[in-house]
Amino acid sequence: MTFNMNRRGLLKAGAAAGIVAATVKPAMAAGHGPKKGGTLRLGLAGANTSDSWDGRTHSDSFMIVMGHGAVFDCLTEIAADGSLKGELAESWEASADAKTWTFNLRKGVTFHDGKPFGADDMIASLQMHTADGAKSAAKPIVEAVVDMKKMNDHQVVLTLKAGNADFPYLLSDYHILMYPAGAESEAIASGNGTGLYKVESFDPGVRCVVSRVAGHYKGDDAGHFDSIEAIAINDSNARQTAMMTGQVDAINRVDTKAEALYNANPNVEIFEVTGNQHYTLPMLTNVAPFDNLQVRQALKHAINRQEMVDKILLGHGAVANDHPIGPANQFYAADLPQNDYDPEKAKSLLKAAGMDGLKVNLSAANAAFPGAIDAAQLYQASAKAAGIEINVVQEPDDGYWSNVWLKKPWCACYWSGRATEDWMFSTAYESGVPWNDTSWENARFQELLLTARAELDSAKRKDMYTEMQMLCSSEGGTVVPMYANYVDAHSTKLKHAEAVGNNFQMDGSRLCERWWFDA
Amino acid sequence: MNSVLGIILQRLGLGLLTLLVVSVLIFASVNALPGDFAEAILGQGATPEAVASIREDLGLNKNPFSRYFSWLGGVLTGDFGTSFAQANMSSFAGSDTGKGGIESVAAQIAPRFKNTLFLAGVAAAIAIPLALTLGILAALYRNSVYDRAVNVTTLSAISSPEFFLAYILILFLAFLNPILPSLSNIYDGMAFSERLQKTLLPALTLTLAVTAQLMRMTRAAIINLLASPYIEMARLKGISPMRVIVRHALPNALAPIINVVALNLAYLITGVVVIEVVFVYPGIGQLFVDSVKIRDIPVVQACCLLFAAAYILLNLIADIMSILSNPRLRHPK
Repeated sequence: MTFNMNRRGLLKAGAAAGIVAATVKPAMAAGHGPKKGGTLRLGLAGANTSDSWDGRTHSDSFMIVMGHGAVFDCLTEIAADGSLKGELAESWEASADAKTWTFNLRKGVTFHDGKPFGADDMIASLQMHTADGAKSAAKPIVEAVVDMKKMNDHQVVLTLKAGNADFPYLLSDYHILMYPAGAESEAIASGNGTGLYKVESFDPGVRCVVSRVAGHYKGDDAGHFDSIEAIAINDSNARQTAMMTGQVDAINRVDTKAEALYNANPNVEIFEVTGNQHYTLPMLTNVAPFDNLQVRQALKHAINRQEMVDKILLGHGAVANDHPIGPANQFYAADLPQNDYDPEKAKSLLKAAGMDGLKVNLSAANAAFPGAIDAAQLYQASAKAAGIEINVVQEPDDGYWSNVWLKKPWCACYWSGRATEDWMFSTAYESGVPWNDTSWENARFQELLLTARAELDSAKRKDMYTEMQMLCSSEGGTVVPMYANYVDAHSTKLKHAEAVGNNFQMDGSRLCERWWFDA
Repeated sequence: MNSVLGIILQRLGLGLLTLLVVSVLIFASVNALPGDFAEAILGQGATPEAVASIREDLGLNKNPFSRYFSWLGGVLTGDFGTSFAQANMSSFAGSDTGKGGIESVAAQIAPRFKNTLFLAGVAAAIAIPLALTLGILAALYRNSVYDRAVNVTTLSAISSPEFFLAYILILFLAFLNPILPSLSNIYDGMAFSERLQKTLLPALTLTLAVTAQLMRMTRAAIINLLASPYIEMARLKGISPMRVIVRHALPNALAPIINVVALNLAYLITGVVVIEVVFVYPGIGQLFVDSVKIRDIPVVQACCLLFAAAYILLNLIADIMSILSNPRLRHPK
């Protein structure tokens, strides 16, 4: 079977329910097809002097945009509308238990040095993540593969340890880039990929220039720029200045405090999507008083989520519902009952737990997420009405993740979200995993997690994942106040299709492939 | 001249000693910062095992003394080591295929330092002639409206923080009147004229930051001399005021001026950190800021040594120049 699920449909349902902020912005005037040509100048945050073309090390936006978004390709791609489509893999099929996957690779694909792409390259590229001592972030994905068999030059059969219906989704991960077999080191050194753009010059942490490959397999549908110059601008003010003075055509990570300035500039447009990025306040459910379900529920009703979105994110986000699945996920349950601010209900929950008041510490530092301390103070104020006294403990930024997160009973945290429900849940909600930051254990949740992973029927999976989101929301140990939007800015000359990817910033970090200049 | 040579050797020796002290101070202070490279680079992923594995790989769990001395040993043989960030990235590849190349700290810093020197050069080429001219004219027309205006302007410029000056210049020269680019992203192989144009705004900011001291020092040194009897004599001979200052006063005022020029040159090299960040200029300052953020000690140490060496050398040059410019020091009794 071939997956072609449309998450945008779900998204629209969410918007209709009034829960998700508009993620699709009406863009171009009808009738304008993409135009060719021009040099796209990007001002990107998230660059480091240690950047390289090694996908295993990619963790920040500069290399994510230039790596899987321009120079290299993955096996699969999450399209702008949220559906999964093939990139270097043309099609794939699963066995009934979702354990054996057959991938048919695209024919006629070549690397920038002219070498053709085939089954050996796919196998070698996957093996790079499980090499002895390798530390790839995608290691857990590839480790699940117990056998890789080359059937012919363009077909590979992968056998997994256990069934995983999301496996093709996982292969769209930006770490899993395709390199030429036997020449991986050279390809990492020079940036020899199969992407739409080939490397002209690369100065890590400073600048990268790439040019369009002629006769690329993606044809005229993508890669509309002649060349792209990506400039590393880690300083937020400098990025803003470069955008305002027209030195670059697009920037990422806009500081929303300056929104009015952007709006006043007729040549610049702010551009945002609500994805899976969310801020959390995890409680350790094996520590009193958080081991008491009613206490957790009382706390979930003592927070004013809309106020947080308005004051901490300045409106650039959406209210969340105490589970980690976001609008960019396939089975996001937008119509769950919302945990809302209800001091009376919180009071009665506490009373039911045999308490007439509650005093708890909440540890926060802005290292957890920008504005975390302010958010904690807002929470403190809103909880007072419910008779809950929150003592905000300001922690130092340095060492926050080592000394506070997973250690203090209640603290602030953030998650960028994961492409699939299973990946997100098994990273931080499955019982016993190292990043389960609430130590929450729930037998039903655990059972659903394992069943849904191997289930290929989308309707059944949707039901299961909805129930899991429900369980997190009503019983879980995490308060999730809000989704934080990805906010970028671009020149009004730059155009994009109506559907824009919300799995990452900058159109799924693929604007180099998808966007074009109007004039 | 022997005494000059002696002084140079003595000062070079002292300079090396200073560098040693600087390196100890830097090492100690970076170690005193909360968090280390492993925690900084891992962020949320700083599980105890991940932190331990990075510390193990980079030798961060050895005691600070042995780390310092192994680093010092490397430096003495000309090896500044590898930056933690690079070493850590290459360890992602494990023992198997697909390692990228690793650059040494020296190779990483060299092109950046070249860019910083270029910026300092452009700034000096504007600031020094400008400040000397303004200073001489201020001495000539002292207490006039011109003198006061120049003083007020340059002093207000030096009193503002540099990033503020930078943004003011961007506002007027890049945003309201788009004459100069606000982004100074120079790169290798860029045409000289374009490189110069891109460097102009940061250079002008630096100029504003150093002109006041140079100008005031020039003015003060000349005015100081104007009370001397030999100047009185020159005046009595009927020489024009301009000639009195340029021919008679200036040569004797050179020593303090050279000193202050050297100090400011050193500042142009080491004081660019903030300015490079504002203008996205790929110099050593940006590298320094990025490295401090992630506690990348080898890079921080190398940058600091470079900064300290620039100060020591320029001060040495200043001393030598002032000796050479003063016959009494050149021929001691």
